[in-house]
Amino acid sequence: MFKSCLFRVLSFQRSFRLLANDRYVRPSIARCSSSKLSTSEAKVNTNNDRPQFPGSRSEWTQKLAFTRNTDYDGIPVYRVMNRDGSIIDESQDPNLGEAKITKIYKGMTLLNTMDRVLYESQRQGRISFYMTSFGEEGTHFGSAAALNDDDLVFGQYREGGVIMWRGFNLQQVMDQCYGNIDGNDKGRQMPVHYGDKNLHFVTISSTLATQMPQAVGAAYHFKRQANGKVVICYFGEGASSEGDAHAALNFAATLDCPIIFFCRNNGYAISTPTHEQYRGDGIAGRGSGYGIASIRVDGNDTLAVYNVTAAARNYCIEESKPVLIEAMTYRIGHHSTSDDSSAYRSVDEVRYWHQQDHPISRLRKYMELKGLWDDAKEKEWKEESRRQVLQAFVAAEKKPKPNVIEMFTDVYNEMPDNLRSQYNDLKAHLKVYKEHYPIKNFNELTEELC
Amino acid sequence: MHSIMRSAVNSAFKQGAINRKISTTAALNVKLMVRDALNSAIDEEMERDETVFVIGEEVAQYDGAYKVTRGLWRKYGDKRMIDTPISEMGFTGIAVGAAMAGLKPICEYMTFNFAMQSIDQIINSAGKTFYMSAGSVAVPIVFRGPNGAAAGVAAQHSQCYGAWYTHCPGLKVISPYSSEECRGLLKAAIRDPDPVVFLENEILYGIAFETSEEAMSKDFLLPIGKAKIEKSGDHITLISHSKGVGTCLDAASELAKEGISCEVINLRTLRPMDVETIFKSVMKTNHVVSVEQGWPQCGIGSEICARIMESPVFDYLDAPVIRVTGADVPMPYASSLEALALPRAQDVILAVKKVLNVQ
Repeated sequence: MFKSCLFRVLSFQRSFRLLANDRYVRPSIARCSSSKLSTSEAKVNTNNDRPQFPGSRSEWTQKLAFTRNTDYDGIPVYRVMNRDGSIIDESQDPNLGEAKITKIYKGMTLLNTMDRVLYESQRQGRISFYMTSFGEEGTHFGSAAALNDDDLVFGQYREGGVIMWRGFNLQQVMDQCYGNIDGNDKGRQMPVHYGDKNLHFVTISSTLATQMPQAVGAAYHFKRQANGKVVICYFGEGASSEGDAHAALNFAATLDCPIIFFCRNNGYAISTPTHEQYRGDGIAGRGSGYGIASIRVDGNDTLAVYNVTAAARNYCIEESKPVLIEAMTYRIGHHSTSDDSSAYRSVDEVRYWHQQDHPISRLRKYMELKGLWDDAKEKEWKEESRRQVLQAFVAAEKKPKPNVIEMFTDVYNEMPDNLRSQYNDLKAHLKVYKEHYPIKNFNELTEELC
Repeated sequence: MHSIMRSAVNSAFKQGAINRKISTTAALNVKLMVRDALNSAIDEEMERDETVFVIGEEVAQYDGAYKVTRGLWRKYGDKRMIDTPISEMGFTGIAVGAAMAGLKPICEYMTFNFAMQSIDQIINSAGKTFYMSAGSVAVPIVFRGPNGAAAGVAAQHSQCYGAWYTHCPGLKVISPYSSEECRGLLKAAIRDPDPVVFLENEILYGIAFETSEEAMSKDFLLPIGKAKIEKSGDHITLISHSKGVGTCLDAASELAKEGISCEVINLRTLRPMDVETIFKSVMKTNHVVSVEQGWPQCGIGSEICARIMESPVFDYLDAPVIRVTGADVPMPYASSLEALALPRAQDVILAVKKVLNVQ
C-alpha cells in the first residue's frame, strides 16, 4: 500500500546492499526485475541532469554552503485574537455560536477551579499526587472542540480538559483521583492518569512519549478501516526529545497515517526550559524534515487552536497524512505536586503569563466583546462551578476503596492459578488478622470476611 | 539494527541439513522445519482472522531476515505485511497502539537482542495496560523472533531473554522447541487475548522435526502454560526449554547407555510456568537438573529451584538441584569459546552424575 513502485525498488536496493551475500537475494532479483524495474526506469528523467540518489529530490550545486537554521525565520505563530480578545482578521473568526463557545469557556474555567481544589487536596495529604493545567486550558478545549467525539485521543498526562470535553464528568475525575470503587481504573493508576474507552480516550501511560508510536499504530488501523476518524496524540516539547517521538513522526509520515500530533510547548519540561531542550525552530520546525505538514499556533488563543485543529483534521482525512501542530503556551502551575518551580523560574515570569496572557481571560474578553458573557454571568458561574467541584470532591472522599480482589484481576484475561492462590492466601490471612487491617475501607470486604 | 545478521542467517541455513528425531512421539509421518512451522502458523492465522498482521523490519518483500514470513507479502500484500523504518521502539509502539485499537499484530524482531530498544513498550505498555485500564483495553499482540545464541554472532546477538520477560506479570512467555509446538503454540499465542512474548531459536529454524498429522491441521492448538514430558524416565528429571531440550535429549541417550534413566521436561511456556508437571516428576525421580542457554543469575533454573523449595515436593528431593546454564560472561566471538559458553550434553551428563553421586 501507499508506496510507489519506485520506492519498492529502492527498498529492494537497500536490502540488496545489506544482505548481498545471502542466498535469498536471487529470488528477490527475479521478482524485482519484472514489471517494477521498468516502471522505475520510466521515472528517470534523462534529459535533465538531476541527482538520482535513492530518496533524493533536489538539484546539484557547485556552491559549498552549509544549510543553517538561522538561514530561515522561524515558522510564524498563527493567532486569531490579540491579547485583548479582539479578532485581528474577521475572516478567521470561527463564529462557533453561543452554545459552543460557552461550553468551551465553562469547561476551561471548571478545569481551572477543579485544579485548585485537587492541588490543595494533595497538599493536605488527601490524594497522593496531582498535576494542574493552569495556563494550558486553551490547548485542551480548543483542540477537543474541533474534533469528533469518536476520534481517538492519546494523551501525555496534562490533557484533563480534553477528556472532560468528551463527557468525563467531575465525579469521574474525583473518583479516579481518589482511586475509589467508582474510579473507572479500579484504583490502579496515579491521579490524573485518566482514560475511558467509551470516550475514545486511551488510558494515560506515565512513561514519556510511549503514547506517540502507539498513536500512529492506532491511526494506521483507522486508515485500514477507512472509517473517517483521526487520532490525536498530545505530547510536550520535552517528550519530543525522546526517541519514541522521532520514530512516531517518521512512521506516521512513511505509513501515511491520519494522525494529528499536538505538541503542547509550555516552555518547561519539569525544570528544563525550551532553550535547553532544542536548538532548532521548535517542534513544528522538525515537521518538514519528516515530510509532515506542520503549523505553529498561539496555544493561549483558544479560537486559533480550534481553527488549526479543525483544519488539521480535514487535512488528515482528505490526504490520509499526518499533521504536526505546535501550540505555544506557558505552564503557569508547577510540573506536578512533586515539583516547586520557584527553584528554576522567577515569580515575575509566572505572573506575567498569569496576568497578561492567560487563555481563559482572553476568551472571556472575546465573549464579552461579542456580548456573550458579562460580570453577572461570571459571578454566577464561579459560584456554581465551585459548588459542583466541592460536591464531587466530598462524595469521592467518602466512597470505599475497591475490593482487594482487584489487585489480582486483569493481570491476564483469565486469572492464572498462582494469582488465584495468592488471593486465597490473602483472604485467609485477613480472616484471621482482620482487626489489624482497615478492612472497612474496602468495598464489601467486611462482609466477605465474616 | 541490522548489523551483522547476514552471517547469522547463513549459519542458520548451514544447520538446515540437520534432522533430529524425537524418539517418544508416536505416529510420525511428516518432516517439518521449524521455520516452515512458524510460517504456516502465521499464514493460517492471518487467513483465519483479518485483524492479524505482521510488522517489523524486512518482513514483507524480503520475506523476513530468517525467511519466517516467506511468501506472506505476496499473499497478503502491503496492507498486512508491513516493512517499517529501522526503529524497534517505533514499530513496537505502532504494534501496541494498533492492538489497543483492535488489531492483532505479530511484531517480528530480527532478533530479540534488538527488542531491548523497545522493552519499555513491551513491559510498560503491552504488559500493563490491561491492568491499568481496569480490564477495558486489551493488548492482544505477539512479540516474536529469534532469541538466545545463534552461531558466531558474539555478545550483542547471543542472549536469552527468557528470564527477562518471565519476570513480568501481564506477559505470557513461550519458548518452544520442536516444529509441532512452534505451530501449536504460535497459533495459540496469536489467538490469545493477552500479550505474548514468543522466543524462537535461530539454530532451530533450519531443523526438521517429525511432526504428527494432527499437528498439521489448521485447528491445531497447544495450550499455553503446559509443559511436555519429552521422554519418560525414573532416576532424574532434566528440565529445559528451547534448544536446551535437545541438549537434554542427547544427554539422556548417552546416560541411558550407562543405565541412567532420565525424564526430560520441555517447559514450552516459561510464564505461566507449569510447576505441576515439574512437581509430579520430582516426586517420581527425586532428582533434578535444570538446563538453559541463558545466564545463571535469576534465570529459569533459579526459578525452578525456588518453586521446588517453596513447595512440599522439596521433601522428595534426595539431592540439591543443579543448574546447567550458559557461562556467566557476554558471549565470546571465538567459535571454540562460544561452544564452551553454552551447555553441552557433556555438561548435563556431568551434572546428572554429580546429583546422583555416580562416577
